[in-house]
Amino acid sequence: MNKRDIALIIIILIIAVLSYCIMNISSDKDGDMVLVTVDGKSYGTYKLHEDREFEIQNEYGYNIISIHDGEVCIKDADCPDKYCVKQGKISKNNESIICLPHKLVIETVRTMDDGGAGDIDSVAK
Amino acid sequence: MSKHVAKLGIFIALAMIFSYIEVLIPFSFGIPGVKLGIANIVVVTGLYILKPQEVFVISVLRILLMGFLFGNMLTLVYSLAGGILSFVVMLVFKKITLFSIIGVSAAGGVFHNFGQILMAAFILHNEKIMYYFPVLLVAGVITGILIGFLSDNIIKALKHYN
Repeated sequence: MNKRDIALIIIILIIAVLSYCIMNISSDKDGDMVLVTVDGKSYGTYKLHEDREFEIQNEYGYNIISIHDGEVCIKDADCPDKYCVKQGKISKNNESIICLPHKLVIETVRTMDDGGAGDIDSVAK
Repeated sequence: MSKHVAKLGIFIALAMIFSYIEVLIPFSFGIPGVKLGIANIVVVTGLYILKPQEVFVISVLRILLMGFLFGNMLTLVYSLAGGILSFVVMLVFKKITLFSIIGVSAAGGVFHNFGQILMAAFILHNEKIMYYFPVLLVAGVITGILIGFLSDNIIKALKHYN
């Protein structure tokens, strides 16, 4: 390992820290809506503060989604790696659970106050 | 010539065995999707003792064979995106001769993850997946450095046999 290697590694780590900071600026507030997307298309939106449990079944398989006490998680799924279940609970603005094999994305977002309408638009791309 | 063909065959077999060991014993870092990628030892080592086009064929064949045997179409597409991008970046980093094998391998590790996440964002039509980018960047550097050290020692050991 030479000095240039160390410089390269430090630069990559700095980029990682910077991008982490930029991405987390907006996610320290609690979300209030749950957006579910399958295969790039919107599947449904749900209130984060209304408890419910439902199953998404499609050609890729099933995922059981649970909304409870203002938090969302995937309870069970038949994907091979179960990473979506292991990702645990989310509740903050702009947090997401992703199940790659089933092309499923669950996001929690904040639609109320401060950001206002601009916030909703930025989410409904 | 036939000796060389046999050598390339051994490299592909070795890469497949490394992939298989990784399926059996996942070297988990506690983050979903992050793994050591020991099959890349073969690619990094190959870059220093074989022709670039030979290494490219070894890398792509390894991914295709492992995908057909143990994966599905989706994981195959992710792996190919990561494998090809990482190969191209490592080749460029090696050609500019600024970095040692550790730097080349670290860059390869980072772009392996970057290629996969880009492909995932493309397939899912969702740029939110980029939130994993910082984590994958750090993971790519760490695994890249480890793979670089291992490959460096393998190349030194191989010199005694040539």
